[in-house]
Amino acid sequence: MKVGLFIPCYIDQFYPQVAVATLQLLEKFGLDVEYPMQQTCCGQPMANSGFGAASAGCDTLFVQNFAAYDYIVAPSGSCVLHIKEHLHVDKDPEAVSHIRNRIYELCEFLTDVVQVKELVANFPHKVGFHIGCHGQRGLHLAQMSELVAPDFSKPGYLLGLVQGIELIELSRKDECCGFGGTFCVSEAAVSAKMGQDRVQDHVEHGAEYITGTDTSCLMHLEGILRRQKRPVKVVHIAEILNGQYE
Amino acid sequence: MSSREKILQQVKANKPPMSPLPTQTTFASIPPEERLTAFIKSNENAGGIVCLVPDVAIIGNYLKVNFTSPERILNTVQGVGFGLEADAPITDGRAFGNLEIAVVESLLGVAENGAAWVTEDNLPTRVLPFICEHLALVIHADNIVGTMHEAYAALNVAATGYGTFIAGPSRTADIEQSLVIGAHGPKRMHVFIVQPF
Amino acid sequence: MSKAHNSVPDHAEAAAKFLQDQERANWHDKALWFNRQKRDVSANLIPDWELLRETASQIKDNVLANLDEYLVQFEQNALQNGIHVHWAADAAEHNEIVLQIIQEHGVGKLVKSKSMLTEECHLNEFLATQGIDIIDTDLGERIVQLAKEPPSHIVLPSIHKRKEEVGELFHQHLGTEKGASDPAYLTEAARVHLREKFLTADIAITGVNFAIAETGGFVVCTNEGNADMGVHLAKVHIACMGIEKIIPKAEHLGVFLRLLARSATGQPITTYSSHFHRPRAGQEMHLVLVDNGRSAHLGRKDFYNSLKCIRCGACINTCPVYRRSGGHSYHYAISGPIGAILAPNRDMREYADLPFASTLCGSCSNVCPVKIDIHNQLYQWRQVLAAEDYVPKTKKDGIQVMAKVLSSPTLYRVAGKSGRLMMRLLPGLANNKALNPWARQREMPQPPKETFRDWYKKNRPKDE
Repeated sequence: MKVGLFIPCYIDQFYPQVAVATLQLLEKFGLDVEYPMQQTCCGQPMANSGFGAASAGCDTLFVQNFAAYDYIVAPSGSCVLHIKEHLHVDKDPEAVSHIRNRIYELCEFLTDVVQVKELVANFPHKVGFHIGCHGQRGLHLAQMSELVAPDFSKPGYLLGLVQGIELIELSRKDECCGFGGTFCVSEAAVSAKMGQDRVQDHVEHGAEYITGTDTSCLMHLEGILRRQKRPVKVVHIAEILNGQYE
Repeated sequence: MSSREKILQQVKANKPPMSPLPTQTTFASIPPEERLTAFIKSNENAGGIVCLVPDVAIIGNYLKVNFTSPERILNTVQGVGFGLEADAPITDGRAFGNLEIAVVESLLGVAENGAAWVTEDNLPTRVLPFICEHLALVIHADNIVGTMHEAYAALNVAATGYGTFIAGPSRTADIEQSLVIGAHGPKRMHVFIVQPF
Repeated sequence: MSKAHNSVPDHAEAAAKFLQDQERANWHDKALWFNRQKRDVSANLIPDWELLRETASQIKDNVLANLDEYLVQFEQNALQNGIHVHWAADAAEHNEIVLQIIQEHGVGKLVKSKSMLTEECHLNEFLATQGIDIIDTDLGERIVQLAKEPPSHIVLPSIHKRKEEVGELFHQHLGTEKGASDPAYLTEAARVHLREKFLTADIAITGVNFAIAETGGFVVCTNEGNADMGVHLAKVHIACMGIEKIIPKAEHLGVFLRLLARSATGQPITTYSSHFHRPRAGQEMHLVLVDNGRSAHLGRKDFYNSLKCIRCGACINTCPVYRRSGGHSYHYAISGPIGAILAPNRDMREYADLPFASTLCGSCSNVCPVKIDIHNQLYQWRQVLAAEDYVPKTKKDGIQVMAKVLSSPTLYRVAGKSGRLMMRLLPGLANNKALNPWARQREMPQPPKETFRDWYKKNRPKDE
């Protein structure tokens, strides 16, 4: 099984440790993982701004980079959802459909494909879990609070395999953090307020760390935490599951 | 072309592809033996005061004890025996501007939400259950169904010119979401459930 | 040349203003979230809630696919029931029809219960130009009417107002005690004030929640009893509805009435659900069927299913953006996510900002009782607005640059080397920290010493 590692652009540029943890974690399960060197971005920033057509270049590039892999895995629910829903290359529909069907967010790949039963990881801290909306409501990584349906959480299951971790309850378990792609600057005031409220929910419940499936959400929350000079830190779920967080 | 034709023509030209009505129309209900309890709970949650009575005459006694002046009570249910009785339709509901209590029969109750169906066939005038300060509904325990689906299966809503589900006294929460009972309709509501012992 | 509006009300700007009053904004958020929670509790009491939503959605799909036939069937039955049926192609015609009915009866006094359609058609303003006063009788509507403001929420019209503000308004207009702000006291004052209006009204206007094709009747739901108080005392009842409010059969009311109030406020049903089939003796009953863009909207493949909306407001209550920006920031009769996908059908230029007033979190679609894919339509509207050139030029230019960089591995790496790639590329971000909207309330991420690609090359060397 050949796995193509898809690292979203902002992780490559700002949070390489998340990508390293993802790679190491996948390798621990004996997987043949490769990072295609010519990758850039899924095209979501353009598409969510209304310019889906402008992401054609990204789409073509994505297909070139990832068509050859059995699975494509990324530590981001949002970017994966974008590819699943919107990847489009006119002249290569087969490759597109292969990628759309074979792309996974890291947690769902671990629970559904690798079927992880145990992890060597220790994280003796109080942790709040912020689930990214696209991963949750788009990829169904976890049950959504709006629905009358049985509860489940793929990332929650994985965190439950980590030693010493104490997951805190939040007042609003799946409220959006307000990042929203270009929304974070085009609606900066609302975006920041949503982030502040999300941080507050974690702080009130005693979180030492905020973790999540999407670095974009965490980047936004971290920006607020640092501005407010809070001691709370953000950490991507891959870093916790990999067990080598410093 | 008239607006009617213009609208219909454009709707016809633009309407989306055929989509059938759902075939699944049965839903979970409340078992018959739990309906009375469920109705009482739902109605009380909606602000109603529920009294179980063995027969209609007891309602008259209850009213006599709690309300002294029969002239401010309009009774439309046979056998209650207290208050004024309306024996003919009343065209101008404004006559009831100062009414304290109206006693009205409901022919069907819904356990899941505490609503009771009242039609103009049981009213001297449509405004009566709204204009009174205090509404007293009378309903037979046998006439309580589980859900709204069962209610509509049992009713022919077009058989009457006007019918309404009433679930509690009127209410509003338009000022800071604070619930206030008594908006434009009754400030209080009693439901007398007749269940022979 | 961009067709974007330069001087229209902009959601982001209005929202920023709303947030300046933090105390009010926090209250607003909590009050609406409380409604969302009540909705959750209520929905969870129905084990087959999701089936109920699916059923409602299918009924509405069927309605839209047969709308012309159902309209004709409804009209025929309503006429037989003795209801006068009118057809209005647009808001202006609706207002004219209502005016004509009013004038035929020598004007007189008018009361109106809640109707989002009459808000959409700006009926009150139109009648005012004709010298006709109309009294809104829903408490929340009366509050905003006295304040000379539009409603900010379709179910909770005055949710943006604090009780002290209502107290001051009532002191000025209804003569309540100065400084009094107790909701029970103010509600009682409104009851007395409006009771007199009900008793003297000649004509009562209502909206319509559902109109039944099979029987030619219609249903109006309220908690306050104001619609019933109005119509049962007045000589003339005028009910106004959008053409999409039709349902095929009376039995379908079971589905919709179970969903409506639970989704709206968490109540299992509204206090009053009144079914009108015939006028009472001596009364005249009119029903106005209004198109106002709906038949055109029906033809938009990606957007027609927003016509399934039953106006419960659940998407508004759950929307994290709405809760923190207030209904007026949407500058349309219907606010929140559903307003943001309905408004551009009316006027793309005027409402080009609204589909962008969302993080696309998707909570709206999940609470929608008729399963409108609201967040997908927000995304889809963005595509249409960009393609039709209703997006500001600065944004468009920024996106083009970003697209160019991101579709070229070389440019991406070069740009990355100069640091803060994404931050530079995000449209609207200035290098000047004071002007940078990200940095106003957030720190920028700290660039690491190497990118992941650099690390990978070093640590997992392969032949390239």
